[in-house]
Amino acid sequence: MPATPVMRRPFLRGSPTSSREYGRTPSLLLVTPLLLLLSGGFLYPVGKLFWGSIFAPQATLKHYLRIVEEPLYLLVLWRTFEIAFIVTVLALLLGYPVALAMARVSGRAATLVGACVLIPLWTSVLVRSYAWIVLLQRNGVVNSSLLEAGLIEAPLQLLYTRGAVVVAMTQVLLPFMVLPIYSVVSSIPDDLTRAARNLGAGGLQAFLRITLPLSLPGVAAGVLITFVLSLGFYITPALVGGPSTLMMSTLIGQQTTELLNWPFAGALSVVLLLATLLLVVVFRRALALNKGFKLG
Amino acid sequence: MDGMNVSVWGLGKRYGSVRAVEEISMDVRAGEFLSLLGPSGSGKTTLLMMIAGFEMPSMGKISIGDRDVTYVVPNRRNVGMVFQRYALFPHMTVADNIAFPLRMRKVPRQDATRRVCDALALVQLEGYGKRLPSELSGGQQQRVAVARALVFEPPVLLMDEPLGALDKKLREQMQIEIKRLQQRLGVTVIYVTHDQEEALTMSDRIAVMRDGSLEQIGSPAELYDGPATPFVADFVGKTNFLEGECRSYNGTGLEIGIGQSGFIRLVQCPPALTVLPKPGDRVRLAVRPEQIRLLRPGEADGPALEGVVETVIFVGSFRTFLVRLPGGELVHVQVHADHNASHPGEGDRVSLAIPGHAVRVFGQARC
Repeated sequence: MPATPVMRRPFLRGSPTSSREYGRTPSLLLVTPLLLLLSGGFLYPVGKLFWGSIFAPQATLKHYLRIVEEPLYLLVLWRTFEIAFIVTVLALLLGYPVALAMARVSGRAATLVGACVLIPLWTSVLVRSYAWIVLLQRNGVVNSSLLEAGLIEAPLQLLYTRGAVVVAMTQVLLPFMVLPIYSVVSSIPDDLTRAARNLGAGGLQAFLRITLPLSLPGVAAGVLITFVLSLGFYITPALVGGPSTLMMSTLIGQQTTELLNWPFAGALSVVLLLATLLLVVVFRRALALNKGFKLG
Repeated sequence: MDGMNVSVWGLGKRYGSVRAVEEISMDVRAGEFLSLLGPSGSGKTTLLMMIAGFEMPSMGKISIGDRDVTYVVPNRRNVGMVFQRYALFPHMTVADNIAFPLRMRKVPRQDATRRVCDALALVQLEGYGKRLPSELSGGQQQRVAVARALVFEPPVLLMDEPLGALDKKLREQMQIEIKRLQQRLGVTVIYVTHDQEEALTMSDRIAVMRDGSLEQIGSPAELYDGPATPFVADFVGKTNFLEGECRSYNGTGLEIGIGQSGFIRLVQCPPALTVLPKPGDRVRLAVRPEQIRLLRPGEADGPALEGVVETVIFVGSFRTFLVRLPGGELVHVQVHADHNASHPGEGDRVSLAIPGHAVRVFGQARC
């Protein structure tokens, strides 16, 4: 299995695989606990859901047909990917400068930036989602400030909108974008930028030609993690979103906990999983075409 | 490309209250190979970084040619630089690395391709253009770094311990290659190193630095034969230090007693001293190990120090004798290996004849 992009150090020669370093048997032993956990905690339940979705109790495709035939479900699937895409792009645009700043500053400023990124990560997603409700509700902080400033006449509908879901998800997922990019950017030697400057590149040129291309493995990792996490995100969209922003996880949640329609929930999960896997594969392929500097 | 002179006046760098570089003034002549030599923390790299434009000086001025570059951004200084770890761009081929400065200067593509080929030929790496830096050995990467720093024909080349990562044999070979290249191209080189042998081999002049200030600047021979301070005597080449007491001064010569071990007579006035020591003054003497003659006891025809050989070390072309004096001092004596002659063995009593002209005298206060 190829190393994740985060772990790659493109400028170090040949990252030896663990099997080359430790031999095959010890390597297998090392991954055994994880394999057991994965098969017991992931493969078995997913397999059972899948089984349940096509044998209920006789072999049938009616649950899958229902997904395709009723426009609502395809719409939710499409919307899920759309929101995940927007969230990922926003997180990248907001997160890249932060990662760069984290790698560049030192001393007290570094601690401050690091804390700003990490403390939200250590805070429960539930708490952060409720914080957004406090901010965005009808007489919440945002509305009352706007009213006081005289910018609006009546409170705006902020909560339970697509905007609220996108903003809250972006905030919650931002660390997952920042940290992989930071890890790669901070491992780029300062001398490379200095060499570029010395050879005649201005600050922007040095960034575009050296730092940016070398940070791409981190960007790829951050984008992938953020996108996949947003696809399956449950709590935040469920709390700050409304019926018009129904996403796949919320839909699956409703089917299992409220309607107890397990076979249909299974069908939805399988569709989401396959769509996600397909996207990950396409994404990795696209990256593989452009990895001239990735040596291993 | 012709070299340009580099001058610094009163150049200093402070980090808070720490003085990394004290006010330094010096002139590097056009086409000269000048080494900044000093132990780590002596400020030599900071000085180089200020000339390259990566560190803003706290005071003073830098000029290249006739141009004041003190506040010029690094990309407009037109100096080449070779970094300690080469700093090759890992995502670009060797040819793209070398073409980088040409691309930044908007050199037409065809012209650039030709110049990249010339630069590769210059460092004997023809045909390596399509490889990635990680596919080259350390020595080859180092050559690419040199080619990249020279391809845009800068009048000045800065080198920050460029050979530090190479093994001894390759390092010595590269020293000669770089020196030849510099002589052929006439480029001014400022070369940072902590390796005194490297500095002696390559430089026209060496600037010895210590604790952020310039200790002495001069040709390798001047520094070796006439160190201005005990630090330079110790750092450049090997030196024996002996503590002594001035006995008498009679206008032409000076006699210095080395404890119970004997005395040394100096005929000329020692050049390192500005004030002549009076009888009774304590002084510090520096003598190179190869300047001392090793004799059998009583063989000396002048004043000599008596001692016992403690250890004999065979170093190929010469032997080093460690001789213990009665006062407890250990003196290194270097003698050319002559396989026919008989040498004193360990435990033998010997006489050490130290010619007066080979001795540097430093006042105690300056040590």
